[in-house]
Amino acid sequence: MKALMKSREALLVLVIVVMTAGIAYRFPAFVSIGNLANVFNDTAPLMILAVGQMIVILTKCIDLSVAATLALSGMVAALLNGMGVPLVLIVPMAVALGMGLGMVNGLLVWKAGIPSIVVTLGTMTIYRGIIFLMTGGKWINAHEMTDGFKALPRLPVLGLPVMGWTAIAILLAFGVVLTRSVLGRSFYAVGGNPHAAVYAGINVGRSQFAAFAISGALAGLTGYLWVSRYAVAYVDVAGGFELDVVAACVIGGVSIAGGMGSVTGLFLGCIFLGIIKNALPVIGISPFWQMAISGSAIILAVAFNALQNRPRGRIILKQAEA
Amino acid sequence: MTAQVRIVPDRLQTGFARFLRSWEALLIVVLVLIFLANSFASPYFLNVWNLSDATFNFTEKAMIAFAMAMLIIAGEIDLSVASIIALASTAMGIAMSAGFGTPVLVGVGLTVGLLCGAVNGFLVAGLKLPSIVVTIGTMSLFRGVSYIILGDEAFTGYPESFAFFGQGYVWWVVSFELVLFALLAVAFWALQHRSTFGRAVYAIGNNPTAALFSGIRVDRVRFILFLLTGLTSGIAAVCLTSRLGSTRPSIAAGMELEVVTMVVLGGVNILGGSGSIPGVVLAAFIMGMVTFGFGLLNVPGIVMSIFLGFLLIGVIAVPKLLRRK
Repeated sequence: MKALMKSREALLVLVIVVMTAGIAYRFPAFVSIGNLANVFNDTAPLMILAVGQMIVILTKCIDLSVAATLALSGMVAALLNGMGVPLVLIVPMAVALGMGLGMVNGLLVWKAGIPSIVVTLGTMTIYRGIIFLMTGGKWINAHEMTDGFKALPRLPVLGLPVMGWTAIAILLAFGVVLTRSVLGRSFYAVGGNPHAAVYAGINVGRSQFAAFAISGALAGLTGYLWVSRYAVAYVDVAGGFELDVVAACVIGGVSIAGGMGSVTGLFLGCIFLGIIKNALPVIGISPFWQMAISGSAIILAVAFNALQNRPRGRIILKQAEA
Repeated sequence: MTAQVRIVPDRLQTGFARFLRSWEALLIVVLVLIFLANSFASPYFLNVWNLSDATFNFTEKAMIAFAMAMLIIAGEIDLSVASIIALASTAMGIAMSAGFGTPVLVGVGLTVGLLCGAVNGFLVAGLKLPSIVVTIGTMSLFRGVSYIILGDEAFTGYPESFAFFGQGYVWWVVSFELVLFALLAVAFWALQHRSTFGRAVYAIGNNPTAALFSGIRVDRVRFILFLLTGLTSGIAAVCLTSRLGSTRPSIAAGMELEVVTMVVLGGVNILGGSGSIPGVVLAAFIMGMVTFGFGLLNVPGIVMSIFLGFLLIGVIAVPKLLRRK
């Protein structure tokens, strides 16, 4: 099994290298260190969100509300900034708000027993609606934000902005948590075989709740980073981004049926999407292509996953959301 | 502890008594209440023409919801329906630009809908992929193709005869869309509740393995169900494009949520196995009347979608929490 996962990640590395080499052949500037750092930095929000999404998917759930959580937390961060709240408080507050919103999802899944897709489809519109109720649809623009608020994610440390470093830190931290902690292993156990997990003394609902809380907290953090980096907050910030996040997970080899996936694969999945997104304008393709490419990538990746993981002599009948 | 006496009825409850305790009866009560509340809240509500206008709020969504209900009863889901509308509408726009007349436009819309359904059906039934991921993928693929074709442009200038499907009236206040809605409701009711195909759908939703061993061609039924959601999305695309008179790639954005909400509100179990078409019809009227009532009171659209979000979660959570006690 491990060899299989390894070969899959190796394949993804190969695809990424070939793709990048192809682009570099025509446009050598694309592979300069500075530009690659840019691409990485651009992909940072996707990576942070994808880590949370992966944990949720590991537990056989799905979180379609991440982008809405991001937008709401980002808007609240911008509003707090407008009220003169210091930055050291804004960031934890954005994370806490995101976590709270994630906990709402988690509670509905855990205590009310509603399928996660229904819950997050609902909260996705509710969270975005709340932004509208708070602001009346108004935008918060760059000149309404303090310089410190906007500067933090762009502050370069050793050549890479803080935003990129945050993504690296989160990837490393959750790489350790998922493989070396009781909580991390319980996510895999719950998704891999819920019945066995119960007999092993793991509370399935509570693990799913924890997964949603983590996903929400990471979305809250990304909310601040996003709004301050792009220096604008409005109702439709990161609209539809939840699909990119799910795409990154699926491409990275996270099984939608739960219980399978690694931070390394996830990282490669994010890089894959990040390179495509950044390369399109370079090689002169309209950015309108991106949506269709993401969609095709999701389908190809899920087909590839299924072909690789198909158990022999058994019919797969019940789907992931069951 | 008191002794529990379990009464085993020696015959089934009569049809009427069973009906009174059903989800559909509850929906009728809710619908009547909303109707009354609306007529008190706004003096403009009880007007035949206004009520006729209100039906446009739900007819297109409900057409898809009938097929979606059957699909969800069978334990699958299709999140790409709104994107199918976008792609079908874009294809009609291309056909219109090429100078084709109304019959061809309609044919193109329906065909593209069917083809999109076939793609979903092939991926789910043929390659045995989970429908939720597949249709999240095709959701961006189909709309993505519309964006590639249209970018930030739009198709306008549909022929006058094409306007009939979304704006025409068959008789007095009865619009073409309302008639189509009623016909589709009857057709899907017959298919779900009076045909062997419908029984197969219930069987697959409850236990696909048992259904397979009972001789039901499970994958073929699944494929047909995806074709049906594709076709109804094509029909909805014709109506919506005709009503708006233009095509943008963002057309019908987020409609999949409303369709799923309508189906779930209609009493269909999101995990499959149970549900009814009359329930979906009632849910369509409830959602249409709520949207219309909010509209008369000048409530902005996004507030209505918050309400829909709560409704979606509420209608599933409340019965579950009540049953536990």
